[in-house]
Amino acid sequence: MKTNLYNYILELGDNCLIAGQRLGELCGHGPSLETDIACTNISLDLFGQTRSYFQYAADVKGDNATEDSIAFLRYEQQYKNVLLVEQPNRDFAYTVARQYLFDVFHLLLLEKLQFSQDMTLSAIAKKSIKEVSYHVRFSGDWIKRLGDGTDESHEKMQAAINDLWTYTNELFEVTEAAKSLIDDGIAIDAATLKESYYEKVSALLEEATLTIPESKYFQKGGKSGVHTEHLGYLLADMQYMQRAYPNMTW
Amino acid sequence: MISTKQHIDKELIPILEKVSDPEIPVLSIMDMGVVRSAKLIKGVVEVSITPTYTGCPAMDVIGDDITQALKEHGYEAKVKLILAPAWTTDWITERGRKALQEYGIAPPLNPDADKEALLGEKRIVKCTNCGSTNTKLVSQFGSTACKALFKCDDCQEPFDYFKCLK
Repeated sequence: MKTNLYNYILELGDNCLIAGQRLGELCGHGPSLETDIACTNISLDLFGQTRSYFQYAADVKGDNATEDSIAFLRYEQQYKNVLLVEQPNRDFAYTVARQYLFDVFHLLLLEKLQFSQDMTLSAIAKKSIKEVSYHVRFSGDWIKRLGDGTDESHEKMQAAINDLWTYTNELFEVTEAAKSLIDDGIAIDAATLKESYYEKVSALLEEATLTIPESKYFQKGGKSGVHTEHLGYLLADMQYMQRAYPNMTW
Repeated sequence: MISTKQHIDKELIPILEKVSDPEIPVLSIMDMGVVRSAKLIKGVVEVSITPTYTGCPAMDVIGDDITQALKEHGYEAKVKLILAPAWTTDWITERGRKALQEYGIAPPLNPDADKEALLGEKRIVKCTNCGSTNTKLVSQFGSTACKALFKCDDCQEPFDYFKCLK
């Protein structure tokens, strides 16, 4: 099996899966009908992208692996998503801030990944770009609306940004798997996205009258399977059916 | 090079035109542009379909419906989902756009106009009920992934707008 390729696909797919699962939790619980529908629509897009990645990962892995076994039957340490996307939905400002900080990175990554020498990754990226462009527009609009809104919405949005900022730097960490695939033009060197990421995010935060956090300390670990305590609870919820009733189907 | 052309055997077209999008029953999958190829190869029809959105839950149903429709005409079918080239709203046919409009879903505008409409900069999306363009965006996301929700300020009716995907 091409272990590095497999791990790199998981790196891409797990971010979509976990970000999508978090948004999916808002189904029926969004602050208004429109935002509820928007969050779950974005969630659905992310799950669709996850399926494409995991179907490919299953092909690469062989050994009777399926998209479902990859999604539902791994343990916490085997997930390679960044810590940012697993952070819980504390309030709507927090959900939107988390999504925006991920969306900007996601779009930058896909814009490069569409030129990957790996035809499947390139196809998934080209397809996903169209969807993620809408995501970043939605989350960016809400950052502006809440940041430049009432005193209370401003305060909540600023608190969310301050809190989540510590997870942003991990987005640009280059894993061993990615490193081995960059020279062949298969994987993207995430470190090269860093500058334009912080430029884009800072410009929007300024427009939203928010202060850019000065924190220089960053958390990392998700890409190597060392997660915050929140992921375990998320997986328990997500995997419950397959664990309790192995191989059950609809 | 990945071809954006469709390759569909002539005798299969009438059968495939009878299969509709389960979310938008008035629209055939042919007018939707999701069928990229359909060929009879050694007694089996090989069909390639492409999703409008990656998470579109209708794709599984469309696959089953195609198999069923072909079976009724005595064909065995194999349906494959392909991602490249990525679907665009340009592939919706003129007949498809008309069907959408009549069904109550405003068809997609060109990309620039689409952006202006979705950012609320211009009132240009035509109400499917009264035809007025005095309409406004209610939500960028609607009842399915491909639609946004609009409201007409003249007749006060809400309606869906099919977002441009290019």
